[in-house]
Amino acid sequence: MSHHIVQAENLAYTYPDGNKALKNISFLITHGESVAFVGANGAGKSTLLMHLNGHLLPGKGFLRIGDFPLTRETVQNIRRSVGMVFQESDDQLFMPTVYDDVAFGPLNMGLPADIVDGKVKSTLETVGALHLINRPSHRLSGGEKRSVAIATVLSMSPDILVMDEPTSNLDPKARRRLIELLKSFKHTKIIATHDLDMALDLCERTIIIREGEVAADGRSIDILNNKSLLSESNLEKPLRFQGCPVCGA
Amino acid sequence: MAGITIPAIYFPEIIISKIESSLQSLGYMDLLSYQDTALHKIDPRAKFITSLFFILTVVSFGKYEISMLMPFVFYPVFLLTAGNIPAGYILKKILYVSPFAFMIGVFNPFFDQNVILHLGNTGISGGWISFISIMLRFALTVSTALALIACTGFNNICFALNRLGAPKIFAVQLLFLYRYIFVMAEEAARMVRARNLRSFNGKGKGIKTYGPLLGNLLLRTINRAERIHLAMICRGFDGNIRIMNKYKFGLRELFFVSGWISLFLIFRFINISQLAGILVTGLFI
Repeated sequence: MSHHIVQAENLAYTYPDGNKALKNISFLITHGESVAFVGANGAGKSTLLMHLNGHLLPGKGFLRIGDFPLTRETVQNIRRSVGMVFQESDDQLFMPTVYDDVAFGPLNMGLPADIVDGKVKSTLETVGALHLINRPSHRLSGGEKRSVAIATVLSMSPDILVMDEPTSNLDPKARRRLIELLKSFKHTKIIATHDLDMALDLCERTIIIREGEVAADGRSIDILNNKSLLSESNLEKPLRFQGCPVCGA
Repeated sequence: MAGITIPAIYFPEIIISKIESSLQSLGYMDLLSYQDTALHKIDPRAKFITSLFFILTVVSFGKYEISMLMPFVFYPVFLLTAGNIPAGYILKKILYVSPFAFMIGVFNPFFDQNVILHLGNTGISGGWISFISIMLRFALTVSTALALIACTGFNNICFALNRLGAPKIFAVQLLFLYRYIFVMAEEAARMVRARNLRSFNGKGKGIKTYGPLLGNLLLRTINRAERIHLAMICRGFDGNIRIMNKYKFGLRELFFVSGWISLFLIFRFINISQLAGILVTGLFI
Protein backbone atom coordinates (compact mmCIF):
# COMPACT_ATOMS: atom_id res chain seq x y z
CA MET A 1 0.00 0.00 0.00
CA SER A 2 2.77 2.42 -0.86
CA HIS A 3 0.40 4.54 -2.90
CA HIS A 4 -1.14 6.47 0.02
CA ILE A 5 1.17 9.35 -0.56
CA VAL A 6 0.54 13.08 -0.50
CA GLN A 7 2.81 15.08 -2.73
CA ALA A 8 2.83 18.83 -3.32
CA GLU A 9 5.07 20.51 -5.82
CA ASN A 10 5.41 24.30 -5.98
CA LEU A 11 1.83 24.59 -4.80
CA ALA A 12 0.51 28.16 -4.85
CA TYR A 13 -2.89 29.64 -4.23
CA THR A 14 -4.15 33.22 -4.34
CA TYR A 15 -7.61 34.05 -3.01
CA PRO A 16 -9.92 36.07 -5.26
CA ASP A 17 -9.28 39.12 -3.04
CA GLY A 18 -5.58 38.99 -3.93
CA ASN A 19 -4.37 37.42 -0.68
CA LYS A 20 -1.46 35.13 -1.60
CA ALA A 21 -2.11 32.42 0.97
CA LEU A 22 0.22 29.79 -0.48
CA LYS A 23 3.30 30.84 -2.42
CA ASN A 24 5.49 27.87 -2.96
CA ILE A 25 4.83 24.67 -1.06
CA SER A 26 6.55 21.37 -1.78
CA PHE A 27 6.60 18.22 0.31
CA LEU A 28 6.20 14.49 0.02
CA ILE A 29 4.39 12.51 2.70
CA THR A 30 4.62 8.76 2.34
CA HIS A 31 2.35 5.98 3.53
CA GLY A 32 1.83 5.71 7.29
CA GLU A 33 3.69 8.90 8.13
CA SER A 34 2.43 11.31 10.77
CA VAL A 35 3.16 14.90 9.89
CA ALA A 36 2.40 18.07 11.83
CA PHE A 37 1.85 21.32 9.97
CA VAL A 38 2.65 24.18 12.30
CA GLY A 39 2.79 27.90 11.75
CA ALA A 40 1.53 31.22 13.03
CA ASN A 41 -2.03 32.40 12.49
CA GLY A 42 -2.53 33.28 8.84
CA ALA A 43 0.56 31.35 7.71
CA GLY A 44 -1.49 29.33 5.23
CA LYS A 45 -2.20 26.11 7.14
CA SER A 46 -5.95 26.23 6.66
CA THR A 47 -5.64 27.03 2.97
CA LEU A 48 -3.34 24.05 2.60
CA LEU A 49 -5.82 21.78 4.38
CA MET A 50 -8.58 23.04 2.09
CA HIS A 51 -6.50 21.70 -0.80
CA LEU A 52 -6.08 18.30 0.77
CA ASN A 53 -9.82 17.60 0.60
CA GLY A 54 -10.27 19.25 -2.75
CA HIS A 55 -12.24 22.22 -1.52
CA LEU A 56 -9.71 24.47 -3.20
CA LEU A 57 -7.87 23.51 -6.37
CA PRO A 58 -4.21 24.46 -6.82
CA GLY A 59 -3.77 27.86 -8.46
CA LYS A 60 -0.28 26.93 -9.54
CA GLY A 61 1.78 23.82 -9.08
CA PHE A 62 0.68 20.30 -8.44
CA LEU A 63 -0.87 18.23 -5.66
CA ARG A 64 -1.12 14.46 -5.77
CA ILE A 65 -3.11 12.45 -3.26
CA GLY A 66 -2.83 8.68 -3.55
CA ASP A 67 -3.04 7.76 -7.19
CA PHE A 68 -4.74 10.95 -8.28
CA PRO A 69 -3.50 14.41 -9.12
CA LEU A 70 -5.97 16.91 -7.63
CA THR A 71 -8.22 18.17 -10.42
CA ARG A 72 -11.91 18.89 -10.75
CA GLU A 73 -12.46 15.39 -12.16
CA THR A 74 -10.64 13.45 -9.46
CA VAL A 75 -12.04 15.33 -6.50
CA GLN A 76 -14.64 12.67 -5.67
CA ASN A 77 -12.03 9.92 -5.55
CA ILE A 78 -9.76 12.04 -3.40
CA ARG A 79 -12.52 12.77 -0.92
CA ARG A 80 -13.06 9.06 -0.50
CA SER A 81 -9.47 8.47 0.49
CA VAL A 82 -9.00 11.57 2.64
CA GLY A 83 -10.87 11.81 5.95
CA MET A 84 -11.07 15.38 7.15
CA VAL A 85 -11.73 16.21 10.80
CA PHE A 86 -12.79 19.83 11.25
CA GLN A 87 -11.70 22.13 14.01
CA GLU A 88 -15.23 22.74 15.21
CA SER A 89 -17.07 19.49 15.81
CA ASP A 90 -20.46 21.18 15.58
CA ASP A 91 -19.79 21.80 11.90
CA GLN A 92 -18.98 18.16 11.35
CA LEU A 93 -21.86 16.64 13.28
CA PHE A 94 -24.81 17.85 11.27
CA MET A 95 -27.16 14.91 11.63
CA PRO A 96 -29.64 14.61 14.50
CA THR A 97 -28.12 11.59 16.22
CA VAL A 98 -24.64 10.10 16.56
CA TYR A 99 -25.76 7.00 14.68
CA ASP A 100 -27.06 8.97 11.69
CA ASP A 101 -23.91 11.05 11.63
CA VAL A 102 -21.53 8.10 11.56
CA ALA A 103 -23.72 6.32 8.99
CA PHE A 104 -23.88 9.39 6.71
CA GLY A 105 -20.63 8.78 4.81
CA PRO A 106 -20.97 5.00 4.32
CA LEU A 107 -24.59 5.41 3.15
CA ASN A 108 -23.45 8.00 0.60
CA MET A 109 -20.83 5.55 -0.60
CA GLY A 110 -23.70 3.22 -1.44
CA LEU A 111 -22.94 0.49 1.09
CA PRO A 112 -25.81 -1.86 1.99
CA ALA A 113 -27.68 -1.21 5.25
CA ASP A 114 -26.35 -4.17 7.27
CA ILE A 115 -22.73 -3.34 6.44
CA VAL A 116 -23.32 0.32 7.34
CA ASP A 117 -24.79 -0.77 10.66
CA GLY A 118 -21.74 -2.90 11.42
CA LYS A 119 -19.38 -0.10 10.42
CA VAL A 120 -21.14 2.44 12.61
CA LYS A 121 -20.86 0.18 15.63
CA SER A 122 -17.27 -0.87 15.05
CA THR A 123 -15.97 2.67 14.45
CA LEU A 124 -17.80 4.02 17.48
CA GLU A 125 -16.22 1.21 19.48
CA THR A 126 -12.78 2.14 18.14
CA VAL A 127 -13.12 5.73 19.36
CA GLY A 128 -14.69 4.56 22.65
CA ALA A 129 -18.06 6.14 21.98
CA LEU A 130 -20.32 3.15 21.41
CA HIS A 131 -22.42 4.13 24.43
CA LEU A 132 -23.30 7.43 22.71
CA ILE A 133 -24.76 5.72 19.64
CA ASN A 134 -28.35 6.91 20.05
CA ARG A 135 -27.57 10.25 21.65
CA PRO A 136 -28.40 13.47 19.79
CA SER A 137 -25.26 15.19 18.54
CA HIS A 138 -26.04 18.53 20.18
CA ARG A 139 -26.15 17.01 23.65
CA LEU A 140 -22.58 15.71 23.71
CA SER A 141 -19.68 17.21 25.63
CA GLY A 142 -16.74 18.73 23.73
CA GLY A 143 -14.59 15.62 24.11
CA GLU A 144 -17.43 13.32 23.09
CA LYS A 145 -18.16 15.47 20.06
CA ARG A 146 -14.53 15.26 18.95
CA SER A 147 -14.48 11.46 19.29
CA VAL A 148 -17.70 11.12 17.33
CA ALA A 149 -16.43 13.57 14.67
CA ILE A 150 -13.42 11.30 14.21
CA ALA A 151 -15.72 8.27 14.00
CA THR A 152 -17.79 9.92 11.25
CA VAL A 153 -14.63 10.06 9.17
CA LEU A 154 -13.22 6.66 10.16
CA SER A 155 -16.44 4.92 9.14
CA MET A 156 -15.56 5.75 5.53
CA SER A 157 -12.26 3.82 5.89
CA PRO A 158 -10.04 6.64 4.65
CA ASP A 159 -6.37 6.07 3.85
CA ILE A 160 -5.30 9.50 4.97
CA LEU A 161 -6.55 11.40 8.02
CA VAL A 162 -6.37 15.19 7.90
CA MET A 163 -7.09 17.02 11.12
CA ASP A 164 -7.41 20.70 11.89
CA GLU A 165 -6.53 21.47 15.51
CA PRO A 166 -7.80 18.17 16.92
CA THR A 167 -6.97 19.06 20.53
CA SER A 168 -8.51 22.54 20.62
CA ASN A 169 -11.10 23.19 23.35
CA LEU A 170 -10.51 19.85 25.06
CA ASP A 171 -9.85 19.43 28.75
CA PRO A 172 -6.43 17.92 29.56
CA LYS A 173 -7.76 14.43 30.11
CA ALA A 174 -9.86 14.41 26.94
CA ARG A 175 -6.82 15.76 25.09
CA ARG A 176 -4.65 12.93 26.41
CA ARG A 177 -7.27 10.32 25.49
CA LEU A 178 -7.47 11.75 21.98
CA ILE A 179 -3.69 11.64 21.58
CA GLU A 180 -3.63 7.98 22.66
CA LEU A 181 -6.47 7.22 20.24
CA LEU A 182 -4.74 8.92 17.32
CA LYS A 183 -1.51 7.13 18.20
CA SER A 184 -3.27 3.79 17.73
CA PHE A 185 -4.27 4.61 14.12
CA LYS A 186 -2.12 3.29 11.33
CA HIS A 187 -3.35 5.83 8.77
CA THR A 188 -1.24 8.50 7.16
CA LYS A 189 -1.91 11.46 9.45
CA ILE A 190 -1.65 15.14 8.62
CA ILE A 191 -2.33 17.40 11.58
CA ALA A 192 -2.45 21.19 11.51
CA THR A 193 -1.99 22.46 15.03
CA HIS A 194 -0.67 24.98 17.52
CA ASP A 195 -0.43 22.30 20.19
CA LEU A 196 3.26 21.59 19.73
CA ASP A 197 3.39 19.12 22.61
CA MET A 198 0.81 17.04 20.83
CA ALA A 199 2.79 17.35 17.61
CA LEU A 200 5.78 15.99 19.51
CA ASP A 201 3.73 13.08 20.85
CA LEU A 202 2.06 12.11 17.59
CA CYS A 203 4.19 13.18 14.67
CA GLU A 204 7.70 12.08 13.89
CA ARG A 205 7.88 14.82 11.27
CA THR A 206 7.02 18.53 11.39
CA ILE A 207 6.66 21.02 8.57
CA ILE A 208 6.69 24.71 9.49
CA ILE A 209 4.68 26.95 7.19
CA ARG A 210 5.62 30.63 7.18
CA GLU A 211 3.91 33.17 4.95
CA GLY A 212 2.74 30.57 2.47
CA GLU A 213 6.05 28.79 2.17
CA VAL A 214 7.73 25.80 3.80
CA ALA A 215 10.16 27.27 6.32
CA ALA A 216 11.38 23.94 7.66
CA ASP A 217 10.72 20.26 7.14
CA GLY A 218 12.32 17.59 9.26
CA ARG A 219 12.21 15.48 12.40
CA SER A 220 9.85 16.96 15.01
CA ILE A 221 12.37 16.49 17.76
CA ASP A 222 14.92 18.64 15.90
CA ILE A 223 12.58 21.29 14.57
CA LEU A 224 10.59 21.80 17.76
CA ASN A 225 13.84 22.20 19.71
CA ASN A 226 15.24 24.87 17.41
CA LYS A 227 14.53 28.08 19.28
CA SER A 228 15.59 30.58 16.64
CA LEU A 229 13.71 28.80 13.86
CA LEU A 230 10.54 28.64 15.94
CA SER A 231 10.87 32.26 17.00
CA GLU A 232 11.23 33.42 13.40
CA SER A 233 7.94 31.64 12.65
CA ASN A 234 6.12 33.22 15.61
CA LEU A 235 6.22 29.94 17.50
CA GLU A 236 7.66 28.76 20.81
CA LYS A 237 9.25 25.56 21.96
CA PRO A 238 6.80 22.92 23.23
CA LEU A 239 6.25 23.32 26.98
CA ARG A 240 8.21 20.20 27.83
CA PHE A 241 11.27 21.62 26.08
CA GLN A 242 11.00 24.80 28.11
CA GLY A 243 12.72 25.19 31.47
CA CYS A 244 11.19 24.41 34.84
CA PRO A 245 9.16 27.47 35.95
CA VAL A 246 10.57 27.24 39.49
CA CYS A 247 14.26 26.48 39.10
CA GLY A 248 14.64 27.40 35.42
CA ALA A 249 16.55 24.22 34.67
CA MET B 1 -24.63 61.52 56.66
CA ALA B 2 -28.15 61.47 55.45
CA GLY B 3 -29.45 60.19 52.19
CA ILE B 4 -26.95 57.51 51.39
CA THR B 5 -27.71 56.08 48.02
CA ILE B 6 -27.01 52.44 47.57
CA PRO B 7 -25.51 51.68 44.19
CA ALA B 8 -27.49 49.32 42.03
CA ILE B 9 -24.85 46.70 42.44
CA TYR B 10 -26.17 45.90 45.91
CA PHE B 11 -29.31 44.54 44.34
CA PRO B 12 -28.02 41.69 42.31
CA GLU B 13 -30.46 40.54 39.74
CA ILE B 14 -30.28 37.29 37.92
CA ILE B 15 -31.03 38.08 34.34
CA ILE B 16 -31.25 35.21 31.98
CA SER B 17 -31.92 36.49 28.52
CA LYS B 18 -35.13 35.48 26.84
CA ILE B 19 -33.19 33.56 24.21
CA GLU B 20 -31.59 31.39 26.86
CA SER B 21 -34.81 30.60 28.68
CA SER B 22 -36.66 29.65 25.51
CA LEU B 23 -33.68 27.54 24.54
CA GLN B 24 -33.88 25.72 27.85
CA SER B 25 -37.57 25.12 27.32
CA LEU B 26 -36.96 23.72 23.84
CA GLY B 27 -34.15 21.62 25.26
CA TYR B 28 -36.56 20.17 27.81
CA MET B 29 -39.00 19.17 25.06
CA ASP B 30 -36.05 17.58 23.29
CA LEU B 31 -35.08 15.65 26.43
CA LEU B 32 -38.63 14.32 26.84
CA SER B 33 -38.42 12.77 23.39
CA TYR B 34 -35.44 10.60 24.37
CA GLN B 35 -37.40 8.58 26.92
CA ASP B 36 -37.86 4.90 26.42
CA THR B 37 -41.57 4.20 26.91
CA ALA B 38 -43.60 1.83 24.73
CA LEU B 39 -45.15 4.89 23.07
CA HIS B 40 -41.73 6.31 22.19
CA LYS B 41 -40.83 3.03 20.48
CA ILE B 42 -43.78 3.10 18.07
CA ASP B 43 -42.88 4.03 14.49
CA PRO B 44 -43.13 7.84 14.15
CA ARG B 45 -45.20 7.41 11.00
CA ALA B 46 -47.96 5.67 12.97
CA LYS B 47 -48.09 8.44 15.56
CA PHE B 48 -47.95 11.12 12.89
CA ILE B 49 -50.79 9.65 10.81
CA THR B 50 -52.96 9.09 13.88
CA SER B 51 -52.39 12.61 15.19
CA LEU B 52 -53.05 14.15 11.80
CA PHE B 53 -56.31 12.22 11.54
CA PHE B 54 -57.17 13.35 15.07
CA ILE B 55 -56.62 17.01 14.22
CA LEU B 56 -58.60 16.78 10.99
CA THR B 57 -61.50 15.08 12.78
CA VAL B 58 -61.53 17.67 15.57
CA VAL B 59 -61.65 20.61 13.17
CA SER B 60 -64.32 18.97 11.01
CA PHE B 61 -67.15 19.61 13.49
CA GLY B 62 -69.71 22.38 13.10
CA LYS B 63 -69.03 25.69 14.82
CA TYR B 64 -71.51 25.19 17.70
CA GLU B 65 -70.24 21.74 18.64
CA ILE B 66 -69.02 21.23 22.18
CA SER B 67 -70.37 17.99 23.58
CA MET B 68 -69.08 15.81 20.76
CA LEU B 69 -65.59 17.27 21.15
CA MET B 70 -65.36 16.15 24.77
CA PRO B 71 -64.47 12.47 24.22
CA PHE B 72 -61.54 13.51 22.03
CA VAL B 73 -59.65 14.59 25.10
CA PHE B 74 -58.79 10.90 25.53
CA TYR B 75 -56.12 10.95 22.83
CA PRO B 76 -53.88 13.79 24.13
CA VAL B 77 -54.33 12.46 27.67
CA PHE B 78 -53.25 9.02 26.42
CA LEU B 79 -50.16 10.49 24.72
CA LEU B 80 -49.19 12.41 27.87
CA THR B 81 -49.66 9.44 30.21
CA ALA B 82 -48.22 6.72 28.01
CA GLY B 83 -45.33 8.96 26.96
CA ASN B 84 -44.58 10.00 30.55
CA ILE B 85 -44.83 13.68 29.66
CA PRO B 86 -45.58 16.16 32.46
CA ALA B 87 -49.03 17.60 31.74
CA GLY B 88 -48.19 20.85 33.53
CA TYR B 89 -45.42 21.62 31.07
CA ILE B 90 -47.70 21.08 28.07
CA LEU B 91 -50.52 23.10 29.70
CA LYS B 92 -48.15 26.00 30.22
CA LYS B 93 -47.14 25.88 26.55
CA ILE B 94 -50.83 25.88 25.55
CA LEU B 95 -51.39 28.95 27.73
CA TYR B 96 -48.51 30.75 26.02
CA VAL B 97 -50.06 30.38 22.57
CA SER B 98 -53.69 30.68 23.68
CA PRO B 99 -53.95 34.45 22.97
CA PHE B 100 -53.97 33.64 19.25
CA ALA B 101 -57.03 31.40 19.51
CA PHE B 102 -58.57 33.80 22.02
CA MET B 103 -58.32 36.70 19.59
CA ILE B 104 -59.96 34.63 16.85
CA GLY B 105 -62.97 33.75 18.95
CA VAL B 106 -63.33 36.64 21.37
CA PHE B 107 -65.65 38.73 19.18
CA ASN B 108 -68.07 35.88 18.46
CA PRO B 109 -70.20 36.63 21.59
CA PHE B 110 -70.75 40.20 20.32
CA PHE B 111 -71.65 39.34 16.76
CA ASP B 112 -73.68 36.21 17.33
CA GLN B 113 -76.21 36.96 20.09
CA ASN B 114 -78.90 34.41 19.20
CA VAL B 115 -79.71 32.44 22.28
CA ILE B 116 -79.45 28.78 21.39
CA LEU B 117 -79.07 27.14 24.77
CA HIS B 118 -80.74 27.56 28.15
CA LEU B 119 -79.05 26.58 31.36
CA GLY B 120 -81.82 27.00 33.92
CA ASN B 121 -83.00 30.58 33.46
CA THR B 122 -79.86 31.84 31.74
CA GLY B 123 -79.81 31.89 27.96
CA ILE B 124 -76.47 31.28 26.31
CA SER B 125 -75.86 32.86 22.93
CA GLY B 126 -74.43 31.10 19.89
CA GLY B 127 -71.41 33.42 20.06
CA TRP B 128 -70.40 32.09 23.46
CA ILE B 129 -70.90 28.50 22.34
CA SER B 130 -68.77 28.96 19.22
CA PHE B 131 -66.12 30.78 21.28
CA ILE B 132 -65.90 27.87 23.72
CA SER B 133 -65.84 25.46 20.79
CA ILE B 134 -62.88 27.33 19.24
CA MET B 135 -60.95 27.31 22.51
CA LEU B 136 -61.69 23.63 23.02
CA ARG B 137 -60.52 22.70 19.53
CA PHE B 138 -57.44 24.83 19.98
CA ALA B 139 -56.57 23.09 23.27
CA LEU B 140 -57.16 19.62 21.78
CA THR B 141 -55.12 20.13 18.61
CA VAL B 142 -52.23 22.06 20.16
CA SER B 143 -51.86 19.68 23.08
CA THR B 144 -51.84 16.75 20.65
CA ALA B 145 -49.21 18.38 18.43
CA LEU B 146 -46.99 19.19 21.42
CA ALA B 147 -47.45 15.74 22.94
CA LEU B 148 -46.64 14.18 19.57
CA ILE B 149 -43.33 16.07 19.40
CA ALA B 150 -42.52 15.26 23.03
CA CYS B 151 -43.14 11.54 22.59
CA THR B 152 -41.59 11.20 19.12
CA GLY B 153 -38.83 13.78 18.71
CA PHE B 154 -38.78 16.49 16.11
CA ASN B 155 -36.18 14.76 13.96
CA ASN B 156 -38.20 11.54 13.89
CA ILE B 157 -41.24 13.49 12.76
CA CYS B 158 -39.12 14.88 9.92
CA PHE B 159 -38.09 11.34 8.94
CA ALA B 160 -41.74 10.28 9.10
CA LEU B 161 -42.73 13.19 6.85
CA ASN B 162 -40.01 12.20 4.42
CA ARG B 163 -41.09 8.56 4.31
CA LEU B 164 -44.72 9.51 3.94
CA GLY B 165 -43.85 11.32 0.74
CA ALA B 166 -43.38 14.94 1.84
CA PRO B 167 -40.91 16.77 -0.43
CA LYS B 168 -37.38 15.86 0.62
CA ILE B 169 -36.19 19.45 0.68
CA PHE B 170 -38.89 20.26 3.21
CA ALA B 171 -37.91 17.43 5.56
CA VAL B 172 -34.20 18.21 5.22
CA GLN B 173 -34.74 21.90 5.91
CA LEU B 174 -36.65 21.07 9.08
CA LEU B 175 -33.96 18.62 10.16
CA PHE B 176 -31.20 21.18 9.79
CA LEU B 177 -33.30 23.87 11.42
CA TYR B 178 -33.71 21.66 14.44
CA ARG B 179 -30.09 20.53 14.54
CA TYR B 180 -28.67 24.04 14.41
CA ILE B 181 -31.29 26.00 16.29
CA PHE B 182 -29.45 25.10 19.51
CA VAL B 183 -26.07 26.14 18.13
CA MET B 184 -27.37 29.40 16.64
CA ALA B 185 -29.43 30.35 19.67
CA GLU B 186 -26.45 29.76 21.94
CA GLU B 187 -24.38 31.95 19.68
CA ALA B 188 -27.02 34.69 19.75
CA ALA B 189 -27.29 34.39 23.54
CA ARG B 190 -23.51 34.76 23.88
CA MET B 191 -23.55 37.88 21.72
CA VAL B 192 -26.37 39.41 23.72
CA ARG B 193 -24.53 38.59 26.96
CA ALA B 194 -21.35 40.20 25.63
CA ARG B 195 -23.30 43.31 24.72
CA ASN B 196 -25.07 43.48 28.09
CA LEU B 197 -21.77 43.23 29.93
CA ARG B 198 -20.53 46.34 28.18
CA SER B 199 -23.76 48.37 28.32
CA PHE B 200 -24.23 50.76 31.21
CA ASN B 201 -27.05 53.03 32.33
CA GLY B 202 -29.24 51.87 29.50
CA LYS B 203 -26.67 53.01 26.94
CA GLY B 204 -25.81 50.48 24.28
CA LYS B 205 -28.96 48.40 24.76
CA GLY B 206 -31.21 50.24 22.38
CA ILE B 207 -32.45 49.32 18.96
CA LYS B 208 -29.28 50.85 17.51
CA THR B 209 -27.09 47.93 18.50
CA TYR B 210 -29.57 45.36 17.22
CA GLY B 211 -28.74 46.05 13.59
CA PRO B 212 -25.04 45.24 13.82
CA LEU B 213 -25.83 42.36 16.19
CA LEU B 214 -28.23 40.73 13.74
CA GLY B 215 -25.93 41.44 10.81
CA ASN B 216 -23.08 39.82 12.65
CA LEU B 217 -25.20 36.79 13.48
CA LEU B 218 -26.22 36.47 9.84
CA LEU B 219 -22.59 36.58 8.67
CA ARG B 220 -21.60 33.98 11.26
CA THR B 221 -24.49 31.80 10.13
CA ILE B 222 -23.40 32.03 6.52
CA ASN B 223 -19.83 31.12 7.46
CA ARG B 224 -21.04 28.19 9.48
CA ALA B 225 -23.32 27.05 6.67
CA GLU B 226 -20.32 27.04 4.35
CA ARG B 227 -18.29 24.95 6.76
CA ILE B 228 -21.14 22.49 7.26
CA HIS B 229 -21.62 22.18 3.52
CA LEU B 230 -17.93 21.47 3.16
CA ALA B 231 -18.14 18.81 5.88
CA MET B 232 -21.07 17.22 4.06
CA ILE B 233 -19.29 17.25 0.71
CA CYS B 234 -16.23 15.65 2.30
CA ARG B 235 -18.43 12.74 3.27
CA GLY B 236 -19.94 12.18 -0.14
CA PHE B 237 -23.06 14.40 0.04
CA ASP B 238 -24.67 14.60 -3.40
CA GLY B 239 -27.91 16.41 -2.65
CA ASN B 240 -29.65 13.40 -1.14
CA ILE B 241 -29.74 12.76 2.57
CA ARG B 242 -29.77 9.04 3.18
CA ILE B 243 -30.98 7.96 6.56
CA MET B 244 -31.06 4.44 7.96
CA ASN B 245 -34.55 3.35 8.87
CA LYS B 246 -34.55 2.38 12.51
CA TYR B 247 -38.27 1.80 12.81
CA LYS B 248 -40.54 -0.83 11.34
CA PHE B 249 -44.19 -0.31 10.57
CA GLY B 250 -45.37 -3.62 12.01
CA LEU B 251 -48.48 -5.14 13.55
CA ARG B 252 -48.19 -2.95 16.64
CA GLU B 253 -48.26 0.19 14.50
CA LEU B 254 -51.17 -1.15 12.48
CA PHE B 255 -53.18 -1.73 15.67
CA PHE B 256 -52.25 1.70 16.97
CA VAL B 257 -53.36 3.52 13.85
CA SER B 258 -56.48 1.48 13.11
CA GLY B 259 -57.57 1.37 16.77
CA TRP B 260 -57.36 5.11 17.30
CA ILE B 261 -58.80 6.02 13.92
CA SER B 262 -61.84 3.79 14.48
CA LEU B 263 -62.28 5.38 17.90
CA PHE B 264 -62.09 8.87 16.37
CA LEU B 265 -64.71 7.86 13.79
CA ILE B 266 -67.01 6.63 16.56
CA PHE B 267 -66.49 9.89 18.46
CA ARG B 268 -67.14 11.82 15.26
CA PHE B 269 -70.48 10.26 14.39
CA ILE B 270 -71.92 9.12 17.75
CA ASN B 271 -72.49 11.66 20.51
CA ILE B 272 -70.83 9.79 23.36
CA SER B 273 -71.31 12.66 25.82
CA GLN B 274 -75.05 12.66 25.19
CA LEU B 275 -75.25 8.88 25.53
CA ALA B 276 -73.35 9.05 28.79
CA GLY B 277 -75.71 11.82 29.94
CA ILE B 278 -78.78 9.75 29.07
CA LEU B 279 -77.29 6.75 30.81
CA VAL B 280 -76.59 8.71 33.98
CA THR B 281 -79.94 10.55 34.04
CA GLY B 282 -81.70 7.29 33.14
CA LEU B 283 -80.24 5.68 36.20
CA PHE B 284 -81.53 8.38 38.50
CA ILE B 285 -84.84 9.31 36.96
